[in-house]
Amino acid sequence: MIYGYAGTTLRIDLTDEKIVKEPLKQEWVDGYIGGRGFTAKILFDENPPEVDPYEGDNIFIIAMGPLSGHLLPASGKTHFCTKSPATGGYGDSNMGGHFGVNMKYAGYDVMILKGKAKQQSYIFIEDDNVEIRPAQQYWGKGSTQVEEELKKELGEDFQILTIGPAGENLVKFACISHDFGRQAGRIGIGAVLGSKNIKAIAVKGTKSIPVFDPAGLLQKGKETYAACRAKPGFTAWTPQGTAGITDWCNNVGALPTRNFKTSYCDYADKINGQAILKELKITDKGCFACPIPCGKYGFAKTKLGNAYVEGPEYETLSLLGSNCEVKDIHEIAYLNYICDELGLDTCSGGAVVSFALECYEKGLISKEDMGMDVKFGDLESIVHILKIITERKGIGNALADGVKAAAEVVGNDSDKFAIHVKGLEWTGYESRNAPGMMLGYMTADIGAHHGRCWVLGNDVAGSADAGNVTDLITSEQNTTTLSKAKHEHVVPIVLKSQHTRPAFDILGTCRLQYMEIGLETDYYEDLFYTITGKKIKWDELLKLSEKIWTLNRMYNFREISDFGRKYDYPPARFYEEPIPDGPNKGHFIALDVIEQMLDEYYSARGWDNNGYPTEETLINFGLA
Amino acid sequence: MTLRFENETCSGCKACQLVCTLHNFKEINPSKAMLNVHGRFPAPGKYHVDVCNQCGECAEACPAEAIKFKDGTYIIDYDICIECLICVDACPTNVMKVNKEDNTPYKCNNCRQCVEICPRDALIFEQKGA
Repeated sequence: MIYGYAGTTLRIDLTDEKIVKEPLKQEWVDGYIGGRGFTAKILFDENPPEVDPYEGDNIFIIAMGPLSGHLLPASGKTHFCTKSPATGGYGDSNMGGHFGVNMKYAGYDVMILKGKAKQQSYIFIEDDNVEIRPAQQYWGKGSTQVEEELKKELGEDFQILTIGPAGENLVKFACISHDFGRQAGRIGIGAVLGSKNIKAIAVKGTKSIPVFDPAGLLQKGKETYAACRAKPGFTAWTPQGTAGITDWCNNVGALPTRNFKTSYCDYADKINGQAILKELKITDKGCFACPIPCGKYGFAKTKLGNAYVEGPEYETLSLLGSNCEVKDIHEIAYLNYICDELGLDTCSGGAVVSFALECYEKGLISKEDMGMDVKFGDLESIVHILKIITERKGIGNALADGVKAAAEVVGNDSDKFAIHVKGLEWTGYESRNAPGMMLGYMTADIGAHHGRCWVLGNDVAGSADAGNVTDLITSEQNTTTLSKAKHEHVVPIVLKSQHTRPAFDILGTCRLQYMEIGLETDYYEDLFYTITGKKIKWDELLKLSEKIWTLNRMYNFREISDFGRKYDYPPARFYEEPIPDGPNKGHFIALDVIEQMLDEYYSARGWDNNGYPTEETLINFGLA
Repeated sequence: MTLRFENETCSGCKACQLVCTLHNFKEINPSKAMLNVHGRFPAPGKYHVDVCNQCGECAEACPAEAIKFKDGTYIIDYDICIECLICVDACPTNVMKVNKEDNTPYKCNNCRQCVEICPRDALIFEQKGA
C-alpha cells in the first residue's frame, strides 16, 4: 500500500486482449510523483523509439496524481499522454470531470493501452472487472450521443470518455470528450485512441484510496475549501470562468482575430463572459471537487439548429469566435457543440478553420476543393469546413492533418500564416505584443499551448490597457513591470511559469485555484503530507517539473530526426507582419529578438545553441 | 432540522460525498456517501442531489422498530436491526445505503459536514418544513 495512491497500474494489450494488473512502481512514485511525471517517464522508457503515432505499439497512457480523488479543491484532473500525431513528439493533454477519479477509485493510478483492438471496441472497467467489449453500435456516432447511450446501457454512475468521428478518422486534432462537455483536446489524443479501434472507456470505481492521516486530511481539506471561499477571486472569477478574460484580452490587444491577422476586434462585448451568462447559461458545471466551476452549461439557438453545450470557454470564444470572425455568442456555442460531437479540439479546430478561410479568401484553395463558397464569420461555412475535415473530404483531408501539414499542400507561402509551433496550433493569446507569452508558446514541449506557460499579465503590465489584470489573474503576480513589448528579463518569468503550471499536472489537481483565485502553495504542501505521509516543499516540486521539462525535450530529440532550434520558432506572421490595427497597431517581435530570447532561454535551461540539453544539465537531473 | 438541496446553485462537484465518507468512515470513497449527486445531461442540464430529509419512511417500514427518532435525526439501533434491508427499499430518496462488508444499512446522521463544505451553498440545513 502506498498512501495517497490506488496502488495499481492497469495494462491492456488490445491486440492480444491481455489485461495485466501490476503494483504501481515505487520508482515512479519516488522519482516522478504522479500525473505528468508518470506519463513523461513511462513514455520515454516504454514507447519504442521512432514508433509511428498510429501504430499499435505507440502506447496511450492515462495517469492520476497522488492528490487526485482526495478531499481538496478540484482534485479530478486526468492526464493523458502518447506520442503526438500532430507533432511527432511528446504529447499530453488533460481534462477535469469525473473520469480519472473513478479510475483511481476502481484501483488504478495508471492505465496503459497498447496494440490495436481486432474490432471496434470500448473498454469496460468496474473495479476489478476489466473487459474489452464490442462497440460497432457506437462507431460513427457523436461523442455526446455515445456518452448518453453508454450511460443508459451501463448506468449513470459510470464515467465515460469517448471519441467522435474525427478520432475514428485519425484527424490530428481529434479530442477525447467526457461528462457532456469536458475535453482532453490537444495533440490529437483522440486520434490515437481511434487508431487503436477504441471508441470509449467506461469506468466505475467504488474502492477507497488509502490516506496517511484521514483526520488531518479532513481538517486540512475543509480549511482549503474555506480558504478558497475567502479569496476575492472566488466570487469575482467564478461566475464567468475563463470567458471572463475576453474583454481584457481584447483591450490589451491579445485576442486572436481573423486567423491571427490582428489582435483586436470591435465586437468583444458580444462574445464575452457576460454574453454567455445573458444568452446561454443554464447552470454552472464543475469538475470533481471544484469550488470554482468554470464550466457554463447552456443552450444555443441558431439558424442551423439548437444545442445543449458546455461552454464556450475562453479558448473556444477566441479561436472559433473572433479568430473566425463569428460575432454571435449563440453561433460560437453552436460551433463548440459541433466540434464536441465530431470530436474535434476547439482550439486547433478554430485555428485550422481560420487558416482555411484565409487560404480560400486569397484564392489558394479552390471552391471545388473546398466544396462550397466559404467566408469568415459565416456559420454555414465553418460548419462545412469542420465536417469536411472530419470526413477527410476534398481539402478537408489536408486540413485534418493540421495547419503545418496543410500549408505544405496549399503552398504559396501559406506557411507564413499557418499559426502553430512544432505542428500544434496556437491557442487564444496573440503574442506580437507579448514577448514572454510568445517565448512560452515557442518552447512548450507539446507545441503552441498556453497550458504550460501564461505570462501575458507580465508582458502587458504597465501598458495603459492592462487595467485590472491582477484582479483577474491573482497568481504569477506582476511584480516585474515591463513596458510594452519589452523582451528583456522575460526568461526567468517564463521558466517559472513553465515549471509552476505543470506542477499541478504532476499532483493530479487543477491549477486554476492557484492561478485564478490565488490559493497559496502552502496548502498543497500540507495536503500532500496528510495524504501521502511524505513531506515535499513547493521548490522541490518545481525542480521535478524542470527535470520533466528536460526529459520531454530529450524525447522530442529522440523522436524527431531534425529536431532542434528550428522547431522553436513562431510562424513568420508573428515576426514579419506588424499588427494592422487595435491597441498594438504596428507591433511585432522581430526575428533578431526571437533569436536573442531563444539564446537566453537555452542558456538559462542549460541547453546548447540548438536547444539540446548539455551533458552537465542531464547529469544534474539524473538523466544522463 | 433537516438537509435540503438547492438545485439552482449546485455545480455537481461531489465535495459533499467526499467529506461525508471522510468524516464518517475516515475513508476517501464517494461511492459510500449518504447522499447522491446526479447530473442530468445533456437535457435539461441540471444537477440533483438526493439527501435524507429525515422523513421517517425508513422507521415506519422497519419491522424490528430499529430506527428511532432522537434529537431531530432517525438513527439505526444496530443491536435491534435484523438486516432485512426493508428500509432500503422504503427510502424515497435512495439514500439508505448498505455496507457491503457486513450487509447492514446505514444512513445520514445529520453531521452537517456536507453543508459546511459545499462551496455553492447548494445544501442547506434548516427547520423541517421551513
